[in-house]
Amino acid sequence: MTTTIDEDVTAETPQKPTNRQRRAANIADAASGGLKMILLKIVMLAILDAIAVYAVFVLVMNNQWLVAAVVAVVAAAVNWIYFSRRKLPAKYLTPGLIFLVLFQVFVLVYTGYIAFTNYGTGHNGSKEQAVSSLMASSLQRVEDSPAYPVTVVDRAGTLGLLVTDPDGDALIGTNDTPLDEVDAEFDGEKAVAVDGWTTLQFADVIARTDEITELAVPVSDDPNDGALRTPDGSSAYQYVSTLEYDEASGTMTDVTTGTVYSDIGTGAFTSDDGEELLPGWQITVGFDNFVRAVTDPRLAQPLVYVTLWTFAFALISVASTFFLGLFLAIVFNDVRMRGRRYYRVLMILPYAIPSFLSALIWAGMMNESFGFINQVLLGGAEIPWLTDPWVAKFSVLLVNLWLGFPYMFLVCMGALQSIPDELQEAATVDGAKPWAVFRLIKLPLLLVTVAPLLIASFAFNFNNFNTIYMLTDGGPRDSNAPIPVGFTDILITMVYKVAFTGQSRDYGLASAYSIIIFIIVAVIAVIAFRRTKTLEELN
Amino acid sequence: MRVNTKSLLAAGAVAVVATLGLASCSAGDSGSGGDASAASTLTVWVDAERVDALKGAAEAYTEKTGVEVELVGKDNADIKDDFIQQVPTGKGPDITMGAHDWLGELSTNGVVAPIELGDSSGDYLPVAIDAATYEGQTYMLPYAVENIAVLRNADLVPEAATSFDDMIAKGQAAGLTQPFVVEQGAEGNPYHLYPFQTAFEAPVFGTNDQGYDPADLRLGGPGGELFATWLGSQGKNGTGVFNTDIDGDIAKQAFIDGTAAFWLTGPWNVGAALDAGVNVAIDTVPSPTGAPASPFAGVKGFFVSAESENKVAANDFLVNYIGTEDVQLELFEAGNILPALSSAAETASSDPIIAGFAAVGAEAVPMPAIPAMGSVWQYWGIAEADVINGADPVATWQKLTTDVQAAITK
Repeated sequence: MTTTIDEDVTAETPQKPTNRQRRAANIADAASGGLKMILLKIVMLAILDAIAVYAVFVLVMNNQWLVAAVVAVVAAAVNWIYFSRRKLPAKYLTPGLIFLVLFQVFVLVYTGYIAFTNYGTGHNGSKEQAVSSLMASSLQRVEDSPAYPVTVVDRAGTLGLLVTDPDGDALIGTNDTPLDEVDAEFDGEKAVAVDGWTTLQFADVIARTDEITELAVPVSDDPNDGALRTPDGSSAYQYVSTLEYDEASGTMTDVTTGTVYSDIGTGAFTSDDGEELLPGWQITVGFDNFVRAVTDPRLAQPLVYVTLWTFAFALISVASTFFLGLFLAIVFNDVRMRGRRYYRVLMILPYAIPSFLSALIWAGMMNESFGFINQVLLGGAEIPWLTDPWVAKFSVLLVNLWLGFPYMFLVCMGALQSIPDELQEAATVDGAKPWAVFRLIKLPLLLVTVAPLLIASFAFNFNNFNTIYMLTDGGPRDSNAPIPVGFTDILITMVYKVAFTGQSRDYGLASAYSIIIFIIVAVIAVIAFRRTKTLEELN
Repeated sequence: MRVNTKSLLAAGAVAVVATLGLASCSAGDSGSGGDASAASTLTVWVDAERVDALKGAAEAYTEKTGVEVELVGKDNADIKDDFIQQVPTGKGPDITMGAHDWLGELSTNGVVAPIELGDSSGDYLPVAIDAATYEGQTYMLPYAVENIAVLRNADLVPEAATSFDDMIAKGQAAGLTQPFVVEQGAEGNPYHLYPFQTAFEAPVFGTNDQGYDPADLRLGGPGGELFATWLGSQGKNGTGVFNTDIDGDIAKQAFIDGTAAFWLTGPWNVGAALDAGVNVAIDTVPSPTGAPASPFAGVKGFFVSAESENKVAANDFLVNYIGTEDVQLELFEAGNILPALSSAAETASSDPIIAGFAAVGAEAVPMPAIPAMGSVWQYWGIAEADVINGADPVATWQKLTTDVQAAITK
């Protein structure tokens, strides 16, 4: 700590330090690690800078200018902070801030951004990609047309196809000139070279893949005859395209039916009848996702009971885990109990097992006909642990209690030990009974420290996806509901089912829902934190 | 004290920038950026268990053409979503391994490019080509065809059953109370019940020249209600042949223990039964009616990315290398699933188990890949589970049809 003082001194005296001061600083530095530590610092920063420089190079090569700039600025800032002698608070805060931005702020902002787009199945990429994908899939091979052996040839940078037709004649054509007969050199049955053109070897073909995938040689002057394309550089097939893209007006026309699909700002080419050509592309859609989230008629009926159950689940889970944890903490805090240490370890075990794993094991144990609980513990009983709407709710709460009490046990144990024994002694001397001591002295003091954790636990259980998804997957299903929602679904698992049903993934809608749920939880948490302030006044 | 903390912080900062750096490196590595080295590398995503099977083909291709083939082993469960998310960014692979029922999703998202099998399309099993085709366009090079069949314990019941009732009778004659098991669950399992449904001539969708037609939902036809009634009669309040408490593990145990003589399941479970010493024979699915009971076929294959910059090499590698008998047989040995190439399928059928599955596969229909199928899965199983557990079959089936129709047209 001596150097901190020293730094404060230097901060107050901007003029050159005197020799004595310098010597004092050196001694202080030596006392706190000295040269080795400075070297270590330099090495660390050098490694960091090396990585940052490399990252910037790679990013610039991939045209990721924005990310490159961010990395450069962050790296420069880190250097500046750690080489400065005055930025003590920043030295402590910077790493935390960087992690906060990376893992929290960025994720939140990105989720917020996605909520305002139509990102999801059918709106997966850019408009350019959608157009090229539509054009590629609209190519239909002309029925009963033969496979043509081809050689890719080049003249002054223009690619052409040297085609051998089924009669054994050689034809040549390019993107602009239809096939025309030509005298060519043959290798066996296949025309391989022609005067004035360079024959491309396979390596050249691979290197010019882009041009070759674009290469479509018209079969004749009539565009309805289609064009030859070569998917692999050695054989070509005759294709007609069923879609035509007009770049100027931005419309797709189905040439077989004459239907015109235009870009009406919904992120997909849409016909006048409202029929969409998919794939579409990603666009921002404003508050559409939020409007859909709250006005979806399919949700109207299930939403009420799912919301009620979510609150019930979160509140009961917090209460049950807290009181069981507290009870056990009090019991195991009693010095008269022997072997407390071993019991405590046992108590914490459920906390050490990953929750999704234990949820799966519980699901197996609760199987109605074959589960361990019914078969072994209850001697062949047929209790529908996970298949009856009410029993399943009970089972979910029971498993969550098992998963959650060790945490509360740990927290309460710590909090109890921090309450001075004198308080209890004083109360006992004043004639208070043990229950009164607990209720009037220990519990309020305990709540001062534990209340914020209870609020956090509520927020966690409100979104406790793992337990529900792994244990019951929301089941038993409510077969009357128009969406596949079940009786133990909480909001977050219902959202998952609504946004990711079957084969469709609606990331925009899912993000909108999660923002709505975030707002609900945030409001509750803020109100609850305000209330806990009154508790603090006890101290 | 202070310096220690500081170096810790520095280490933290290093980690941060390292993360940024690595993130960008990985982006740079797999990216098919315009430079020359990237242009001659094909990145192929492969189910981790099949990497070795493809090594030979990859090396042969590199030797012949100079194009490097980089095989990336991936967890099968992640491939589809990763592919859909990464292709639009330009950082996905050139080729991925997958299953034909992804096609609807891949095509709707515009991440998959058509491939041209050319004249070689006649060399594959017809069901594989049907499955590889989506909206009239071929997108997949098939390598394996997978379907369910009935595994029979030949020691308990030496002869194949001629019909569903005959199967139950034969099993009971052998002294078994639950002679036939099939995997279900609280939410049903329509995939495993589908052969019985087709026996009542109630396919999910009708077909047109483009493949399955989402506008033509056949699920709720008269056959569907007959099937539901039959299913109810074999459920909880009937014979009890179907039970939603029997899941995959319980069914497997019953067959291995010999308490069940017939097990409707897929090739993935044959190994377990053989290891347990059961004398397994493969039968077609005994039909509850006169009509054949056709299961769904799942076809596995390779897709080319729509954003691949090596489409020519990718097509060439798939059609001319993966589509050869040797490679198809290598893949067969890695997974023990019937090859999709007819000649390889014939070779593989020298194994009676494979031949048994192939015989059932001849009756199989490809599982619909159209996105509307997602809406069907959502309601189908739960309705069947309700019927098995005693709900009114016709009313439940009608509600299923209404729900599915509403979900498709929504």
